[in-house]
Amino acid sequence: MSSSHDAMWEKLNLDLEAHAGLLEVLGKFYGDIYMSQQGRLRGMEYLDFVLSEVHGLRIQELQDAKALGKKIVGTFCVFVPEEIVLAAGGIQVGLCAGAEIGSAEAEKVLPRNTCALIKSFVGFKLSRLCPYIESCDLIVGETTCDGKKKAYEIFSDYSPVYVMEIPQMKNACDRELWKSEVLRFKNKVEETTGNKITTDSLKEAIHLLNDRRRVLQRLNWLRAAVPTPISGRDALLINQISFYDDPVRFTTKIGELCDELEERVKSGTGVAPEGTTRLMLSGCPMAVPNWKLPYIIESSGAIVVGEESCIGTRNTRDLVSEAGLTLDNMIDDIVDRYMRIDCACFTPNTERLDNIVKMAQELKVKGVIHYALSFCQPYAMEAYKVEKALTKASIPMLAIETDYSMEDVEQLKTRVEAFVEMTR
Amino acid sequence: MESLLRDETVAGLDIGSRSIELVVLNRDGSLRQVKTPTTFDPLGQCKKLMEGINGSRIIATGYGRKLFAQSFGQVNVSTITEIQAYALGARFLYPEAKTVLDIGGQDTKVISLSESGKVLKFEMNDRCAAGTGKFLEFMAAALQIPLESFGEYALRSDRRISISSMCTVFAESEATSLMARGERPENIAMGLHMAIVQRTTAMLRRLGVSASLVFAGGVAHNPCVVKLIEEQLGQMVIVPDNPDMVGALGAALYGENLTREQ
Repeated sequence: MSSSHDAMWEKLNLDLEAHAGLLEVLGKFYGDIYMSQQGRLRGMEYLDFVLSEVHGLRIQELQDAKALGKKIVGTFCVFVPEEIVLAAGGIQVGLCAGAEIGSAEAEKVLPRNTCALIKSFVGFKLSRLCPYIESCDLIVGETTCDGKKKAYEIFSDYSPVYVMEIPQMKNACDRELWKSEVLRFKNKVEETTGNKITTDSLKEAIHLLNDRRRVLQRLNWLRAAVPTPISGRDALLINQISFYDDPVRFTTKIGELCDELEERVKSGTGVAPEGTTRLMLSGCPMAVPNWKLPYIIESSGAIVVGEESCIGTRNTRDLVSEAGLTLDNMIDDIVDRYMRIDCACFTPNTERLDNIVKMAQELKVKGVIHYALSFCQPYAMEAYKVEKALTKASIPMLAIETDYSMEDVEQLKTRVEAFVEMTR
Repeated sequence: MESLLRDETVAGLDIGSRSIELVVLNRDGSLRQVKTPTTFDPLGQCKKLMEGINGSRIIATGYGRKLFAQSFGQVNVSTITEIQAYALGARFLYPEAKTVLDIGGQDTKVISLSESGKVLKFEMNDRCAAGTGKFLEFMAAALQIPLESFGEYALRSDRRISISSMCTVFAESEATSLMARGERPENIAMGLHMAIVQRTTAMLRRLGVSASLVFAGGVAHNPCVVKLIEEQLGQMVIVPDNPDMVGALGAALYGENLTREQ
């Protein structure tokens, strides 16, 4: 990445030396994992470019928007309704938290047995390495797990944090709680941006974000083809970038990429050699630049054709109804859409089990790899129920528990390869 | 070393963390097996084993399989995982085998097989070497007993004591404090064996144990581990004559199958 952004990074108070090191490692990692692929789509050039400018041009855009009085809202979870932020004229960015860098700093304030994702976002902040966090006017946390809940209390010593309460069940009273939380968030966002949300602005935001979900649904539908026309790594990257790129531009570019995919599907062109095993991932989100497991899988004679994850179908499966005419109706539609999220923080969470089985069948996969971050209790525990549901449907599952470090790569390779051999 | 292979023979090579095993299957059905320590130069050790084996089919397995395949491009090498190799080897020796346990130098595997011998499910220990051969090696050294006789030594215990630590480092300090309290070293050895067996049987129970359980890998040489597993599970386990050769045998059988298919 060019160092022409140095002045901007300095203004954002980044640790320039460590940051340069991070970009170098990221560039090399990306080169090894992404640029080494054969038969990539032309449309991926846009993603390569966006990623190469992840801390550069996109941050510049955010700074330019801020200069015009726009506010930036950072989030860590698909529960935060982006419609509200957009309707109030703000910009929402999903903060990534997928790198191990900074975890030593994080361990100064967090217990060692904390999941890698939490350590990562705290580490990014404490080591002054993330220009997104530093650009945010508001950072929105949520109560999806105890680790995050308590980490936000610590994080708020360093950044302006606002926490949304996520219900843990799906009864009528839980929906009521969630609605009151959405309204409380609306007030907070209006106060932060200084803009009132109107019927028109909310309607526009709902449409815009549904369009982004639709294009990602189209991507998922196209890659379900046999043979699959795009690598799992590339599809994951597209989902990852959807969290921080400009939503209108992103939707256009991915639409173009889908046109290209459609041609491949029509001509029956696959991205992997014949006989490559189709697998699906399910579980914890993989935030940029966490490409470890997909890379291991796709180096072991298999290809990932779907991600049942927050950075995957959990974020794109459901649309907000576009039928609402009044502001109240639209808020209700938003509340309902987000209540359908099948996060492992809910009990019971049978929708997720049904969704996984249905997805695995539709994608015609040979097996499912369940991915849980070490110390992520909700997903690690739910793996047991997921396996039971999949076994009932005669679909094999391999449960992997790991983190962002590279020390267990060889062991994981053996497991994944053995799973691929087993499902052949 | 004399030439081991004629044309159309296949070799299975299991490159583990502690030892390397080579099994050669000749066309006439005869079998030849060699074992050597891995040392810090696994490729050098492989090279020695490979003398005289040129132009034949070799199937590599074990943690060094990729390294081997990359370094011996002049021969026809394929790789399979240890899971498949042990499943094939155990099933060949004991067609009734439904569960395979392998405790090697740095990992433990439990494999569950279908009626037809296909791998149905498997589990491996986590990234650390707790509960593996490495654990026993450390503990034998701590008690100054040769590894080969550590199992027999433990069987001379007169009292069962429990060692609760699974971690090699913590278990060593637990053993040290037991020694300081005057506990008989044989009893400490027994406690250490029990610790790894409990961990192993928990894995077996999670996956489901069938009546015909084959115990392979280097640790199957240890009579105390065998006895304790039988005691814990309440059933007999089958230990092959050369338990550490099962992976290499499975690899060779896989190669033989490939040759037949061509």
